[in-house]
Amino acid sequence: MEDFILQLDRIEKSFGGVKVLNGLSLSVKQGEFITLLGPSGCGKTTTLRIIAGLEKPDSGKVYLEGKDVTNEEPNRRNVNTVFQNYALFPHMTVEGNISYSLRLKRLDRAKIKKAVSEALELVQLEGYEKRMPSELSGGQRQRVAIARAVVNEPKVLLLDEPLGALDLQLRRQMQTELKRLQKHLGITFVYITHDQEEALNMSDRIAVMRDGKFEQIGTPQEVYDYPKTSYVARFVGSANIIYGTAYDVNEHTVVFKNEDGIGIVARNRANIAYGQKVTVAVRSEHIRLTPAASDSNAEGFVGVVKEKSFAGGLLQIIVALADGKELVASRHGIDSTLVPGDKVIVTWAPENAILVDLEGA
Amino acid sequence: MIKRAFECFRQLNINCVAFLAVLPLFVFTFMFVIGPLIYMLVLSFLQRAEVWGIVNKFTFKNYMDIFEPVYLKTFIESFKLAITTTILIMIIGYPFGYFMAKLDAKWKKRMMLLIFIPFWTSSLIRLYGWIIIFRANGILDKLLMALNITEEPLKLLYTYPAVVVGMIYVLLPFMIFSVYSSAEKLDWSLVEAARDLGASSMQAFFTISLKLTLPGLLSGVVLTFIPSMGLFFIADILGGNKVVLVGNLIQEQLMKAHNWPFAAALSVVLMILTSVMIYIYRRISNVKELEGLV
Repeated sequence: MEDFILQLDRIEKSFGGVKVLNGLSLSVKQGEFITLLGPSGCGKTTTLRIIAGLEKPDSGKVYLEGKDVTNEEPNRRNVNTVFQNYALFPHMTVEGNISYSLRLKRLDRAKIKKAVSEALELVQLEGYEKRMPSELSGGQRQRVAIARAVVNEPKVLLLDEPLGALDLQLRRQMQTELKRLQKHLGITFVYITHDQEEALNMSDRIAVMRDGKFEQIGTPQEVYDYPKTSYVARFVGSANIIYGTAYDVNEHTVVFKNEDGIGIVARNRANIAYGQKVTVAVRSEHIRLTPAASDSNAEGFVGVVKEKSFAGGLLQIIVALADGKELVASRHGIDSTLVPGDKVIVTWAPENAILVDLEGA
Repeated sequence: MIKRAFECFRQLNINCVAFLAVLPLFVFTFMFVIGPLIYMLVLSFLQRAEVWGIVNKFTFKNYMDIFEPVYLKTFIESFKLAITTTILIMIIGYPFGYFMAKLDAKWKKRMMLLIFIPFWTSSLIRLYGWIIIFRANGILDKLLMALNITEEPLKLLYTYPAVVVGMIYVLLPFMIFSVYSSAEKLDWSLVEAARDLGASSMQAFFTISLKLTLPGLLSGVVLTFIPSMGLFFIADILGGNKVVLVGNLIQEQLMKAHNWPFAAALSVVLMILTSVMIYIYRRISNVKELEGLV
């Protein structure tokens, strides 16, 4: 237990009869950058507020450095938060905001001044001491909020979608900076986002949340390459989910079939038996489309190109299958000879198909 | 102005329409605010006639009279009462308004209604209710004696405390509403941020909540202090002739003694005093929201 700086043990929380957190457990190591990833309303912010002490759990325990702090007031926890709306004090200057926690500790002036200028240097806002929050841009406010939280040297820094209000370019830049800052300070970060790209880019570990529970906790690579459930596969990297029945099974591969055709999964992760229902996740960039006429005997799913769209440097081709479901295939670059209405065969390399939603996997 | 109004009727562009729209307000303000003020100011430098009315002779006598101990004492009395009232209203009204802003929407509405209902009756009539409560062997005395807290009737009616209670009763809602409206705008996440940064709930209140609701508190102070200097009917009804305030003095000079010039001089001095108070508040608080009140 001493190895973990922060532990959540079966946290439950309801608001007005609605269960928001449903037995949440998590252990975070010193210096780790962990991201809680999930859609809005999944309980991320509530989790963070419980760690900060701004909310009390109905049941379950919160441990900081092995000490039970479940019933400690927020000011008695060595945890600081960067709030989603920054929550900068509008009646104080940048210096006043950053030095707030130090002034409460009654440190002497010279020390406070030094700490403030160091914190401002850290977030590259030197010389902004006397500005009021209302005179700052969104990105600058964000930096002040971070400086205010880290100046107190917390054991754990909580960040509630800190980049949500910034534009894309600034967000990318801040991602890199936050990561650098975290490395530099060696503080444990618990970061909240609904942006999977952000989570994959910054985190040491990702905890994917759904309806007040963790669906999967693992490194970005684990979560991306081996999603445990179809929900994770869809949320992290928007995979296609295909349902079918195991048709041919051996030690290494599973061949499955549904009404659109036959597909192959390279890894038999959980000793699938013949005839068992399976769920398979295939990422859109791994899906290959071949015009049906040229190779009509190929093993694969049959569909019709429904739509093409170009977004974010990727060409997305939506294929409608016979059962009415849709698959998305994506390519780099804009050119593709396929046009809507073309009949295509959908295939993938067996190693790119992952069995998900396995009981006990 | 009249010439401009006529020109506007011919042109009718947007600036002119705006001008025409506010014109009645100008006329109204001039006739009923600025006009009477000038009249009062002029009146305060004139002499009273032997029997009734005024003599058009310039004099400083009215102002000199104010420095007579009897009248000076009345001013000091009024000041003391206004300060006592305002402080008590602050102590009761601030937490009231502050916590009302924290209630959920349904309870906010209910509380608001409860505070508003008394306004449907004239405050004069409501004050007569206090007579029934305060008079010797009235409701309060009977209750206190029944509970064995006091043995004899307190005879609170026509005493200083009765006037203070009456003042608080009439003016408290103004404090509650002005604190409420600024506490309502307070972003509670700032209080949470303060707690998160190591402030106890008390420290968070004094460094964040109080500072950010100060404009409401100060406008509440102005809204209660100024009327409590001038309100005469509360002291009349609940204080009898034992508590004489500047308001009562002015009313007496005007209605009973028929000394209009002296009443005017007293009013001018009262106005100057309250203006100075507001000016001081503005300097202390440097709050722009108060500007509308001056």
